[in-house]
Amino acid sequence: MKAKTADRIAIAVIVAIACLIMAVLAALLGYLLFRGVSHISLHFLTSEPETIKTGGGIGPPLFNSIFLLVLTMIITVPLGLGAGIYMSEYARANRVTDFIRLVIEVLSSFPSIVVGLFGLLVFVQFFHLKYSLISGALALTVFNLPLMVRITEQAIRGVPREQKEAGLALGLSHWKTIRSVMLPMGFPNIMTGTILAAGRVFGEAAALLFTAGMSSPRLNFSDWNPTHLSSPLNPFRPAETLAVHIWKINSEGLAPDAPEIAAGASAVLIIIVLLFNFGARWLGRAIYRKFTATK
Amino acid sequence: MSETAFYTKDLSVFYGEKQAIKKISMDFAAREVIALIGPSGCGKSTFLRSLNRMNDLIAGVRIEGEIWIGGRNINHPGTDVVRLRQNIGMVWQRANPFHKSIYENIVFGPRYHGIRDKRKLDEIVERCLRKTALWDEVKDRLNGSALALSGGQQQRLCIARSLAVQPSILLMDEPASALDPVSTAKIEELIAELKKEYCIVIVTHNMYQAARVSDRTGFFLMGDLVEYDNTQKIFTNPSNRSTDDYISGRFG
Ligand SMILES: Nc1ncnc2c1ncn2[C@@H]1O[C@H](COP(=O)(O)OP(=O)(O)OP(=O)(O)O)[C@@H](O)[C@H]1O
Ligand SMILES: [Mg+2]
Repeated sequence: MKAKTADRIAIAVIVAIACLIMAVLAALLGYLLFRGVSHISLHFLTSEPETIKTGGGIGPPLFNSIFLLVLTMIITVPLGLGAGIYMSEYARANRVTDFIRLVIEVLSSFPSIVVGLFGLLVFVQFFHLKYSLISGALALTVFNLPLMVRITEQAIRGVPREQKEAGLALGLSHWKTIRSVMLPMGFPNIMTGTILAAGRVFGEAAALLFTAGMSSPRLNFSDWNPTHLSSPLNPFRPAETLAVHIWKINSEGLAPDAPEIAAGASAVLIIIVLLFNFGARWLGRAIYRKFTATK
Repeated sequence: MSETAFYTKDLSVFYGEKQAIKKISMDFAAREVIALIGPSGCGKSTFLRSLNRMNDLIAGVRIEGEIWIGGRNINHPGTDVVRLRQNIGMVWQRANPFHKSIYENIVFGPRYHGIRDKRKLDEIVERCLRKTALWDEVKDRLNGSALALSGGQQQRLCIARSLAVQPSILLMDEPASALDPVSTAKIEELIAELKKEYCIVIVTHNMYQAARVSDRTGFFLMGDLVEYDNTQKIFTNPSNRSTDDYISGRFG
């Protein structure tokens, strides 16, 4: 009887906390969307920002954010997958791997502004990459890679041992077993984790202030040759991302409609991150179903 | 008995400092079923899993002694384990089909070993499923998920999967202990059938099962092979006192 009462109280407390968190989240999202959505239009999404006039848009920052995300993921995903597989399947348990794991932990909890300063010293100055998308992507890699490694390692470790043994017992090589048995089973988790990591990258500002820079050159959206300075695809040009743009107009925006633009841009940012989250789950499940032939 | 399929000589396995099996010497004939019995923790699984070097996966394990298969000691660092394992099928206590379709589960091994021809693969699928008496039950849903099968069907699918790479030895670790009586009976029938072609080593806690399916029985106790003889002899007239105690249920 007593245990039952305690049980009920515990459940009530947990439900209450969950509801509170949900409410705060809903309120926050509702407020940001309510303030911003009315400002979103095709013109707003595609036109250039204005410094002193009203009617500026977020076209280039939005493009920069997406492009930077793609660049970062191109670097992060293969490295993270490789390292994660290595850590879970090949690395022997010894001091060196323990140390690597510690470094990964520490790295993934670094404040992003510190990562930004590190990027400034190493990529921007030491390697002369200047303020550029590539510097930004490398800085973001520094703080995304540990996450990616951990996601992969945990996903692979989560595969039941009998599945791995079943592969090996058929005379498959270790690598083939990883590739065809373990990776597909861990895939939904890797996918979800990757897209969540991508969401983090998309919303990041602090690490980019001193690496990708706070302004973009005038972009010519009809020039897709990545070697031209005004080409949007040039990875060596400076680029102001959406999150940085929001920060900038909020702190030093001169345009009379700066608050509205910030609100609209924030709403766009949130909508995209939300899309990432739901898309991640949906895609992870869909691909898992395809791999496993479950209905 | 017919020709020897393989044998072990003074095989010992250590987990760290702890010795799990002690100098086991055992021989196994082709077309024979050998049951391994003994109380929990006596080292049956450990012994079985060293036969296809599956214990290599466990960190801190050390294996001493010899395992001779086809004129070669496979307990040797230079052994091509991948090749070796192709020759030795394995079935686990819990059915572990791949999370793929029934068809894919079976062709997975053969395809990796170089068979690409769709007709050949289809043939293999049918042959293996017929051998495991599963064909009639699943032939209409070969592309359906293996996970949608019942526990007993999944276990037979796992046996079919291991047959697909044409092993000559099958290792089974309590293959029916998680199944209902009907599925268990099917697995036992299957073992009797497969015996015509394979050497089967089966670990079981079910004395009746051991008595029903096996030709010879080995009794393990705390890492030792206490007695190894014809099943009939073991169950009617064991020469060792502790074997007698165990099979008559006086301990364990
Ligand atoms: N991975 C491992 N690490 C350390 N010790 C182990 C490991 N696996 C088994 N052992 C030990 O080795 C001994 C033999 O274990 P094993 O699993 O071979 O027994 P078993 O006869 O198969 O038992 P059961 O009938 O319960 O399956 C046990 O004492 C067990 O605790
Ligand atoms: Mg066991």
